[in-house]
Amino acid sequence: MRVEAKILLGLGAFFGIMCAVYWNWSLENAGGVMMFAGMLLCFLPGSYYYWWSRRMKARPEDDPQATQSEGAGVVGSFPGSSIFPFTLGMGAFFVVLALVFGIWFLVPGLGLAAWAVLGATAEGRRGGHV
Amino acid sequence: MTDLITPQVAHADDGHHQEEHHGATGILKWMTSTDHKVIGLSYTVTSVVMLIIGGLFAEIIRAQLASPNGTIVSLAQYNELFTMHGSVMIYLFAGPFAFGGLANIIVPMQIGAPDMAFPRLNALSYWLYLMGSLTMLMGFFTAGGAANFGWVAYAPLSNSINTPGAGADLWIGGLLLTGFSAIFTGVNLTATIFYLRAPGMTMFRMPIFTWNMLVTAILILLAFPVLTAGLIMLYCDRHFGTHIYSVAGGGVPVLWQHIFWFWGHPEVYILALPFFGIATEIIAVFSKKPVFGYKSMVFATLTIGALSLGVWAHHMFTTGVVLLPFFSIMSLLIAVPTGIKIFNWIGTMWRGELWFSTAMLMALGFLFTFLIGGLTGVYLASPPLDFFTHDTYFVVAHFHSIVMALVLAGMGGLYYWGPKFTGYMLNEKFGKIQFWFLFIGTQVFTFPQYLLGLDGMPRRIPIYPHSPQWKSLNDWSTFGAILVGVSMIVFVVNVGYSWKRYPAGDNPWDAQTLEWFTTSPPPHHNFYRLPQIRSERPTWDYNHPEHRSLAHGAGGTGTHHEPPLANAIVGMLEHDQDHDA
Repeated sequence: MRVEAKILLGLGAFFGIMCAVYWNWSLENAGGVMMFAGMLLCFLPGSYYYWWSRRMKARPEDDPQATQSEGAGVVGSFPGSSIFPFTLGMGAFFVVLALVFGIWFLVPGLGLAAWAVLGATAEGRRGGHV
Repeated sequence: MTDLITPQVAHADDGHHQEEHHGATGILKWMTSTDHKVIGLSYTVTSVVMLIIGGLFAEIIRAQLASPNGTIVSLAQYNELFTMHGSVMIYLFAGPFAFGGLANIIVPMQIGAPDMAFPRLNALSYWLYLMGSLTMLMGFFTAGGAANFGWVAYAPLSNSINTPGAGADLWIGGLLLTGFSAIFTGVNLTATIFYLRAPGMTMFRMPIFTWNMLVTAILILLAFPVLTAGLIMLYCDRHFGTHIYSVAGGGVPVLWQHIFWFWGHPEVYILALPFFGIATEIIAVFSKKPVFGYKSMVFATLTIGALSLGVWAHHMFTTGVVLLPFFSIMSLLIAVPTGIKIFNWIGTMWRGELWFSTAMLMALGFLFTFLIGGLTGVYLASPPLDFFTHDTYFVVAHFHSIVMALVLAGMGGLYYWGPKFTGYMLNEKFGKIQFWFLFIGTQVFTFPQYLLGLDGMPRRIPIYPHSPQWKSLNDWSTFGAILVGVSMIVFVVNVGYSWKRYPAGDNPWDAQTLEWFTTSPPPHHNFYRLPQIRSERPTWDYNHPEHRSLAHGAGGTGTHHEPPLANAIVGMLEHDQDHDA
């Protein structure tokens, strides 16, 4: 976990330095703001990982000497097939068409999206497909 | 060495689950699958179709330019064609082919994961990408035609007065959808690589392709939200009367360029890094050697990723409002890690046992073409040269060298990994014919464009002054484009000819990384068993116990000679890794 944290923190620090140099040198705001935001985007997960990496036990995937049996057990819970990504995708498609061809496309768009959100939640509640 | 174990995956309701995985077939399977291999294959097929559509646009453009007063298309149609050629190739082919197609299929297998971290989000990415592509192409069927402001949509050309009509709005809408699809894929790849690695697969044992996809995913997360925000502001300018990009209401048109290129230059590396990874894997396997300078390769990838966020305004040198020295220095610096990569590719081949399969030829073609594109990119990073060549065919030739190199590497990836995810090989003879058409065609169509650019021919013009020299150079360029078109036809014929003809076996190339340890095509959740992972090439170690890879950081004088700086930085990271364990 610590390598992952260091990569993100390193990138964030680099963007921070670049942001300071650029903003002071160019006095141009858009790029300065974007690099500052980029720094925050790296620091946020990076510091979270770093905080955890100092507290958690090393995972088998961080151990160079790990054997496969150390990873035995539940890897994760993976959903089976589901129609709701498709439904949500179509909903988003109709919402975008509403931007172009008329507001009434929002009715099928938001309808499909709402159906997908409710359906996926219910599917998760039923178990297995989370 | 013989430590094999079947990873277990939780299924709360096994009966129902089994039925769903083995029950749905055909179109219903395609629509409901959350398996990363099915989604990745959908992505790959869709993006290759987009490559062919974008290629057709390119052939029409080249046919128009074959004579100074071409009359194949009208001026308005020409604007739509070059806009949609660029948009389809950049937004709908190159990115999704790499991070949606090959990475989706290969990354979980390379790190020993059963699936992507968020399978339903992965499926949603694909549907957003497909519908976004259709939305963008729908513009051709509207009254005003497709978007025609160039793939960069500069303000104020893209406002509602200069570009009215539904085509431009469909372009914005399509990009919003594909943008979200890319962001979700970025989240998915990062989470998969951080959380789903097999035991023993430390960060510094991941294959270079996976490393490159990690950096690509982080770049997606940094860059794409900026574009999405910019597009929403553009839409507001067009329809809700805001003046973010118009001088009239106190806005700043050049802000669009800043936002666009703050996405656009990292996007160049989002496109390029996956293909660097593909080439690295291919060159290592077909040289029968480990990757030369593994750590410096990782270091170079991270450096390219970091620097790519500080170079956006080298596209804007001639606007006169950007800080020339800063962007020039940063852009020139990118040549250093890229040079390290090229050095390492040559080092990997050095004294290797080379096998010139189609995939290897494609990777070598990539190396050559990318070198030309990269070197001309160094010229363009210098403001005096850029002022001279800005918006000429020199720039067009530069980035077509780069992207055609990526097409070569991508085709190599299909020949290399195709047997893994389909279970069948492609015909090598057709493959080699395709390579020579593609490779020679690429050089023939880009090289005259460099000369045209230095002679001052502007880009995006449908007709040009009568001049024997320009005419013959454009003819050569068109001839090259036809060769590239033929290579695509050969590819399609090859896929048809080889359809279920040559069963591949698990490991046809005697490859090194984990995806070749499982069956072809892999089972649901990828692995029946995993080998012990002690280096970055576990499959090789398992198959060749007498030539096992040397572990990184295990002392001794390994085969790896790293540059001192990269060694110091990577050594720092590896120290933590040992500390973790």
